[in-house]
Amino acid sequence: MSSGARQARRTGVAEAARTVRSVALLLLAGIVVWEGYKAAGQALLSVWPSVWPSFPLPVRPDDRSMPHVWDIVGTLFAPARRGGEDILLVILLDAALYTWRIALVGFVGGTLFGLAVAVLLVRSRLAERSLMPYVIGSQMIPVLAIAPIVVIWGGRAGLPTWAPVAFISGYLAFYPVTIGAVRGLRSPAATATELMRSYAAPPRTVLLQLQLPAALPYLFPALRIAATASIIGAIVGELPAGQSEGLGRAILGFASSFSAAPQRLFASVLVSALLGIVFVGLVALVERLVVPAPLRHRDPTETVGPAVSGPAASVTGPSAAVDAVAGGRS
Amino acid sequence: MTVPDAPVPAGTPALALRDVGRVCAAGGASPGTALEGIDLTVAPGEFVSLIGPSGCGKSTLLRLVADLLTPSSGSLSVNGGTAQTARLERRYGMVFQAATLLEWRRIRANVELPLEIMGVGTAERRDRAQQMLDLVGLSDFAEHYPWQLSGGMQQRVAIARALSFSPSILLMDEPFGALDEMTRERMQAEVLRLWRETGTTVVFVTHSIPEAVFLSTRVVVMSPRPGRIADVVPVDLPATRDDDTREQQRFFELTTQVRDALRTVDADAGSTRP
Repeated sequence: MSSGARQARRTGVAEAARTVRSVALLLLAGIVVWEGYKAAGQALLSVWPSVWPSFPLPVRPDDRSMPHVWDIVGTLFAPARRGGEDILLVILLDAALYTWRIALVGFVGGTLFGLAVAVLLVRSRLAERSLMPYVIGSQMIPVLAIAPIVVIWGGRAGLPTWAPVAFISGYLAFYPVTIGAVRGLRSPAATATELMRSYAAPPRTVLLQLQLPAALPYLFPALRIAATASIIGAIVGELPAGQSEGLGRAILGFASSFSAAPQRLFASVLVSALLGIVFVGLVALVERLVVPAPLRHRDPTETVGPAVSGPAASVTGPSAAVDAVAGGRS
Repeated sequence: MTVPDAPVPAGTPALALRDVGRVCAAGGASPGTALEGIDLTVAPGEFVSLIGPSGCGKSTLLRLVADLLTPSSGSLSVNGGTAQTARLERRYGMVFQAATLLEWRRIRANVELPLEIMGVGTAERRDRAQQMLDLVGLSDFAEHYPWQLSGGMQQRVAIARALSFSPSILLMDEPFGALDEMTRERMQAEVLRLWRETGTTVVFVTHSIPEAVFLSTRVVVMSPRPGRIADVVPVDLPATRDDDTREQQRFFELTTQVRDALRTVDADAGSTRP
């Protein structure tokens, strides 16, 4: 047992190392493509200046449209304001932290609401038939349209300015949670449900002992999508709320001064992406702590013999659910 | 609503079905008459097998007894009361073809599951689970997870779980259908031993003729569309049975008798097919 655990840990470390290596390789490839495009495009323009616009490249390779990677990184470490103390990175990280705090409220609230809706939908066919169109429809309303309304309502109700932003964030986050949880709560085999009924188990027990644990492998992929969605919601929500501390305002400001200092907008995009990656990483960490090992990874070579209740179905299930959720959002 | 211990009055049949029928709603998975005119009485301590071709309603009949489905007509009593009362009082344990273990629980915790739901205290739960695992010979695997066990072992856990709260009736729905022949015969011997040791009434659904004859005190042969009882074959083999039983003359005679009954059923079904 302990050797198995040790082996699992070793496999985990090797896996993490592989992940870091592939992330670094991909980052390097991205830089090479970016700079390669710039260099090749500029060479083409210098040899044959009339190529633009008669042979339009998708993006102009000049430094105004595509700043050098080192300029983008450099601007992160340059003072944000002339004569100022703080470098841009610190300011952006502060903004990211501010936005993340609001997104976290939205994420937690959206997750709880999404779970509650899922339980309701699974409990009753009538609820599913009548509520599901609204659940889907809620995601068809552009956030840009609903955000100002929520902000104005929140302001009139005397709420602190961050509250409507958190609401918008949760509004985007609940949907993947509901879709994933509905599928997960329905995932137990019919015989498992019959078994619980044969024990005369009350609905609450069936939910806690059977449905929720079975839903975990479906829930966490959905939570990862909800994490990124909650950040997008917070960034978009900050704009009409007029909050100057968050990433939303920073991005808007750098976008308006793009022609003067394009590298700053790219820098803020980098930091936003980093925030998303860190948040999803945190969710993955919680997944490791919360989801029991046999639901997380199963090594079929370790079985004593052939298993009757093969895990194959439940292994393909969750990823299919993620595909469905991801497909629905793209 | 705890572990059943109230005795059933002497002379009360474990199961009594009178003219039971079940009609499935049109538009369902298999609309039409699933069962018709089922009369069956099972005495406490009996081992009755239900055998018949696919679609003859064996599993439906078992689910009626378990109160997982309700009959459309006729009357059904379990231990003298209704099927619902029997379910609410946890009078029966159930075993399916798939072991249906909760994969996130260790083997011990799986066996404890019904006791936990019934509100049995931790210490007693532990004791009972240990006894049950001893009974099915899996004490060494108490801390394993289901996926680490073979199909036969998983099924033994499912049986231990069904027996953990000492139900007076054990309902088994093709429990060995997915096992290989050798494992299957070992499991049959094991179920016979458990039946003798616990005195539980067993209703056993199967597709296998030798399995039905080897295990049962009576074999109920069913016919399809609609499901009816076509024949009942009493099995007069000695109560103590082992692998030698399978080679006795009487065993062959009884399997032949069941096989003939099944052939008649099949021929009838063939002639009435549109």
